Amino acid sequence: MSATSARPSHAAQPSGSAFIVKKALISALVALVLFSLMIGVRTEAGPQGGLIYWTRFGDLAALVGTVFGGSIIVELLRQWWGPVDKDSIVPKPVQSAISFAGRWLAPALLVFAVLVPVIFYDQRYILDLSILVLTYVMLGWGLNVVVGLAGLLDLGYVAFYAVGAYSYALLATNFGLSFWVCLPLAGILAAFWGVLLGFPVLRLRGDYLAIVTLAFGEIIRLVIINWQSLTGGPNGVSGIPRPTMFGIPLDNSDNGLAARLGIEFSPTHRLVFLFYLILAMALLTNWVTIRLRRLPIGRAWEALREDEVACRALGINTTTTKLTAFATGAMFGGFAGAFFATRQGFISPESFTFQESALVLAIVVLGGMGSQLGVALSALAMIGGFELFRGFDQYRMLVFGIAMVLLMIWRPRGLIGHRAPTVYLERNQSISSDLVKEGHG
Amino acid sequence: MDYFAQQLINGLVLGSIYGLIAIGYTMVYGIVGMINFAHGDIFMIGGFIALISFLVLVSLGLTAIPLILLIVLLVSMAITALYGWTIERIAYRPLRHSFRLAPMLSAIGMSFVLTNFSQVSQGARVKPVPPIITGGYTLHEGPEGFAVQLSNIQIMVVLATVVVLALFTWLVSRTRLGRDMRACEQDQTMAALLGVDVDRTISMTFVIGAALAAVAGMMYLLYYGLVDFFMGFVAGIKAFTAAVLGGIGSLPGAMLGGLAIGLIETFWSAYFSVEYKDVAAFSILIVVLIFMPTGLLGRPEVEKV
Repeated sequence: MSATSARPSHAAQPSGSAFIVKKALISALVALVLFSLMIGVRTEAGPQGGLIYWTRFGDLAALVGTVFGGSIIVELLRQWWGPVDKDSIVPKPVQSAISFAGRWLAPALLVFAVLVPVIFYDQRYILDLSILVLTYVMLGWGLNVVVGLAGLLDLGYVAFYAVGAYSYALLATNFGLSFWVCLPLAGILAAFWGVLLGFPVLRLRGDYLAIVTLAFGEIIRLVIINWQSLTGGPNGVSGIPRPTMFGIPLDNSDNGLAARLGIEFSPTHRLVFLFYLILAMALLTNWVTIRLRRLPIGRAWEALREDEVACRALGINTTTTKLTAFATGAMFGGFAGAFFATRQGFISPESFTFQESALVLAIVVLGGMGSQLGVALSALAMIGGFELFRGFDQYRMLVFGIAMVLLMIWRPRGLIGHRAPTVYLERNQSISSDLVKEGHG
Repeated sequence: MDYFAQQLINGLVLGSIYGLIAIGYTMVYGIVGMINFAHGDIFMIGGFIALISFLVLVSLGLTAIPLILLIVLLVSMAITALYGWTIERIAYRPLRHSFRLAPMLSAIGMSFVLTNFSQVSQGARVKPVPPIITGGYTLHEGPEGFAVQLSNIQIMVVLATVVVLALFTWLVSRTRLGRDMRACEQDQTMAALLGVDVDRTISMTFVIGAALAAVAGMMYLLYYGLVDFFMGFVAGIKAFTAAVLGGIGSLPGAMLGGLAIGLIETFWSAYFSVEYKDVAAFSILIVVLIFMPTGLLGRPEVEKV
């Protein structure tokens, strides 16, 4: 607890209205200086090539006013809410209601997910969106193996997604292999890359690991962009074959599914098929993860996450443990990538930027690392939230960034759930392992 | 040989810019123990503010270039430093005693905020500026007509870096604030017990780091003649690579690492391929971490249970 005791006490803080106004004024002043040039002056390349600028003092004033007002509201809320550290007491009936909801939420969600294509059969937009959400659920669950279970911070997860997508795209367009042959291959190749990345980073921990994985993700993307003869460079790979239902194409040709079943062809059939495909893949990821958690290797991952030094002292081979975590996570990323390629029919390096990695990582962390249900819910919330900003593309990432910062401050351990080890002692220790800084405790 | 000398000059200039950014990373890592992911974007903001203040000053009728440059430098350092302070206050301070990943993710979020803030507020297009400092010297005229050039702007970048570094070294080694910073780096609790205002010292670390990044941003603007909203990301990773290469936590190491990365990148582009220069820089990060995780001048971290 030594870390928290250094925190200054907030009890003596003044709380009068003069204090609030003073604080808001300071915030507004800071905002004025920060935004004076960035908002107050707009630059653009002029018609003759030189730069021109015009002023936007109205916007500046509005923004500073917003900061002033917002600061007052935040301060009032804070005083009304009380100190952040205090645990609020939840009444008994509410607690039992929450635990009841918690028990039935996962099955209810699953049933709902299965029924989505039935309920929304006519609404193509919702089907498309749910396929997207499920893709991110699968990516989140895959990354959860690395980050949530093994505690290895991976900022380059999108690299494996890219490896999977390009594996399928290139194998299918160059050699005419079908989706069902390529899917395991994509997974194996991605897992191979996971091991390849795993080797150099074995000795690293924490932040170093994060930055190396980030560099690795960038290297993969840059190689894809520059190796034009193989990957088509920035133009990407197009004409990727659509998946077939075990050999039966889902189009309106004579031997398509619709013709064979004797029903009228509709493009929705393929969407429904894709939906169930990604649902099955995501559930497979979930099932494998849950099973792995009960195996010695899963226990080893969790032990590694809690304390690497103790892990080694107990004779766990940290090398293989880390490598399997990387490989497993990467394999699921590869599967998801192959699915992405077949759904889009076109892939380019633009889809595999660092933003994607950060998005998946945000999903895992906000879901409460290690919690499968939490990851699914936060994927739903994130991608759904993203969709709300469909019309304001420019502001989408801005709002995403702000939301990420605010959520981290508000709930650093995630919205739902927390990373509880699968096995633990019946009697709680006096100090939770969460409070002990790794390696320095 | 002439070609080599030319690339050496270019590499040193680029390395100075990386080194200035790298110091910000290494300082923050040394004191707070986190990677300030948004630092690359602070550098970008510094470049933008330099550009805008330059435009405004010129249109106000100032003509003396040295005076303009001095004002631009001070303005961009001041405003960018305030950005650093605000970010620490909003995004990092509430998470200081949280679990390890929280500040890192908050920093990634902040990096997105800054990138997209400047995209939204200043537009997505690249902003070119005409060359402000022109002229230079021809050091050596080769027989095949290849001349080794040393332009005035290159001299200025290196000079500015040296001056800023001298000031900064004096600040860290001779002043009260520098002593506080070094104390906080070693043991925050003990420093607090001995009367060091830890919160203020950490704030000042971010302020100084951001001011150095602003200098780098302005030099980048003058040297390359353009800024865009996305330049912070790659420059940030490279500067972080530099900090790791020099041994994170070590200030001379950061500068040394910056120069090394600048040279490697320049020579790689000159002798191998321009397309893969970033791949080369990132690969070096990985190779360094495998073979010498403590970097060139870093101290090995003792692992205690």
